[in-house]
Amino acid sequence: MHTYLDFEKPIADLEGKILELRKLASEDESIDTGDEIARLETRARDATIDIYNKLNPWQKTQVARHPDRPHFNDYAKTLFDEFTPLAGDRKFAEDAAIQAGFARFRGQPVVVIGQEKGHDTKSRIHHNFGSARPEGYRKAIRVMELADRFGIPVITLVDTAGAYPGVGAEERGQAEAIARSTEICLNLRAPLISMIIGEGGSGGAIAIAVGNRVYMLEHSIYSVISPEGAASILWRDPTRARDAATAMKITAEDLRGLGIIDGIIREPAGGAHRDHESVISTAGDTIAKALEELSGRSGDELRAERRKKFLDIGRRIG
Amino acid sequence: MNWITNYVRPKINSILGRREVPENLWIKCPETGEMVFHNDLEENHFVIPASGFHMKMTAEARLKHMFDEGKYTVLPSPKVPQDPLKFRDSKKYSDRLRENRTKTGIEDSIVSAHGLVGDVEIVACVHDFAFMGGSLGIAAGEAIIQAFEAAIARNCPLVMFPASGGARMQEGILSLMQLPRTTVALQMLKEAGLPYIVVLTNPTTGGVSASYAMLGDIHIAEPGAEIGFAGKRVIEQTIREKLPEGFQTSEYLLEHGMIDMVVHRHDIPGTVARLLRIFLKLDAPAPVALPAPPIEPAPAEAAE
Repeated sequence: MHTYLDFEKPIADLEGKILELRKLASEDESIDTGDEIARLETRARDATIDIYNKLNPWQKTQVARHPDRPHFNDYAKTLFDEFTPLAGDRKFAEDAAIQAGFARFRGQPVVVIGQEKGHDTKSRIHHNFGSARPEGYRKAIRVMELADRFGIPVITLVDTAGAYPGVGAEERGQAEAIARSTEICLNLRAPLISMIIGEGGSGGAIAIAVGNRVYMLEHSIYSVISPEGAASILWRDPTRARDAATAMKITAEDLRGLGIIDGIIREPAGGAHRDHESVISTAGDTIAKALEELSGRSGDELRAERRKKFLDIGRRIG
Repeated sequence: MNWITNYVRPKINSILGRREVPENLWIKCPETGEMVFHNDLEENHFVIPASGFHMKMTAEARLKHMFDEGKYTVLPSPKVPQDPLKFRDSKKYSDRLRENRTKTGIEDSIVSAHGLVGDVEIVACVHDFAFMGGSLGIAAGEAIIQAFEAAIARNCPLVMFPASGGARMQEGILSLMQLPRTTVALQMLKEAGLPYIVVLTNPTTGGVSASYAMLGDIHIAEPGAEIGFAGKRVIEQTIREKLPEGFQTSEYLLEHGMIDMVVHRHDIPGTVARLLRIFLKLDAPAPVALPAPPIEPAPAEAAE
C-alpha cells in the first residue's frame, strides 16, 4: 500500500481509479478498460510531475521524511558491494542509529557512514528513528579514523531529524561527541563525500556532513532546526511550521544558492520513494564523479581544501 | 521607527559606549531572592555576595574582570553580510539586530580582545548573552575565526567564554555552518602548538556546545552554569519523565567527566594564568601573585 501525502490527493484519486478499473477488468473479461487505464495513467503521471515541480519547502519536508523514501540500508545494499557494517564505539555501546562500515563502490574500497531510520516499527525502534546518541558519533569517529589510516575514501549518507535528546545522551556528552565528529571530518586526509539523502537535521547531521563535496537530493532538506522547532520558538506557534520552513531556506535549491552545497541529485518524478533504483543509481554516478575529481590529490591537499571550503562559506554572500 | 531611532541613536550609543543600566538598580538573586544593590554586584563581578550565585555578565564586564588591571585591546568586529535570508518571524531580523545593537552597544554577540592575564598574553573571545541570547551566526562565527587568527599571529593562547543559547535561527543553515567553520579555526590554533582554554559560563547550549565550547584543551566551568546540547523542554517531551536534579549543570558535567573543574568566577583569571604558564613553560610567578587552586564544595543536589 502506497502512503500518499496530503498534497498528493489528485495523484491518489487517479491511481485509485486505475486500481478500481484493473480490479473490474480482472473480474469481468468482457469489459475493455485498456484505453481508459492508459488515459488515467497519463493523467496521473502529468499530475505527479506537475505537483512535484512546484513543491514548496514544507511539502519537501514531508517528502524528505516520507516513510517509503530510500534510507541508508537501501543505498548500502544497492550502491555498494561487500558492505560490512562495524559495531560499537569501543567505549560504551553500539548505536544502530548510525551505520558505518567498509564496502566496495564500483570496485573501489570505501567506508560508508550514515544514519538509518528504519522502515517498520521494529526496525525504527532498533535504529532509534535515525537519531543517534553519543555512541553513534563515536563509532563514526572510530571508523573515520580507521579509513584515514588506510587512506580509504569516506562516503557519508545523512538522514536524521537530529541527534537524540535524552538524559543518557546528555550525560555521556552528546555535545562533545558531535563536536569531535565534526573535528575529525575536518582532520581527515582521505577524501570525504557527503550526501543529504533525506533530512539533514542540525548538529546531528553536520557532525558527519563536513565533506570535500556535499550534495543534496532534490527533495531533501538541511536545516539548523526542524521547521516545527523553529515555529514553536520564533513564532511561539508550532502550527506555523510551513512559514518556518520557507523562511529558513532549507531546500536543496536554497542551499545551492547560498553556496553551501556542491550539487543537487535529481529525483524521479514523484520523489525518490516512487523509484528507489533510479535515484540510488543517480546518486552513485554523482559519488563516482566526485571520487574521480578528488583522486590523485594528496592527503594534505584534501584536508586543506576541505577546511578552506568551509571557511569560505558565507564570505561571498552580498 | 525612523532614521533617528534606526541609525543615529545606535551610532551615538555605540560611540558613547552607554549601557542602559540605571545606577540605582536593585537586583534579585534568582536563587535566594535576596536583593542586592547593582553597584555592589558589579564590584563583586556579578556574583551575589551571600549566595555565591553567578549572574550573567556583559562581555565588557567579563573582559575587565579577566585582564590584568582591567586593561585590554578590543579586536575590530568583522564585516559580514547582514540578514542574508531576509528573515522575518514576528519581527524583521534586521530590526532585531538594530534593536540589540542599540540595547547592548556592541555589533553582535562576540567581543574579542587581547591583553595580559597574570602577565601571560592571551586573546579572549567572549559571548555577550544580552545580544540575542549570545547566539551564533555569521558575525559571531567570523569574529571567532578572526580571534583565533589573531591568537596565531600573536603566538598566544586563546581563552573562550561561551554564554549562548546556540545557533541563531534567523540565519538558518548559515548559522549551522559556523560549527565546522569555528572548528577549522581552533584546529589551526592547536596545530600552531598553542593552548585553547574554554571557560563555560551560563548558559552554553545547542550548537555552541556542539562545537568550539566542547573542544578545549581544558574545560573550566563557572558554578551552576547550564551546559548541554538539547534543551530541557525538548528532552522532557521526548522521554516524558522528569529530569534528574541538577541535570545539565556544571557540577553534573564535572561528575560525568565532561569538564575538568568548576571554578568560582573570582578565581578564574588566576586559574587560567596558572595553567597557561605551565602550558607555555613559563616560570612560576612571584609567590604572592596568584590564589591557591579553588576547592569547590559540590552543591547538595549533585553530591549523592
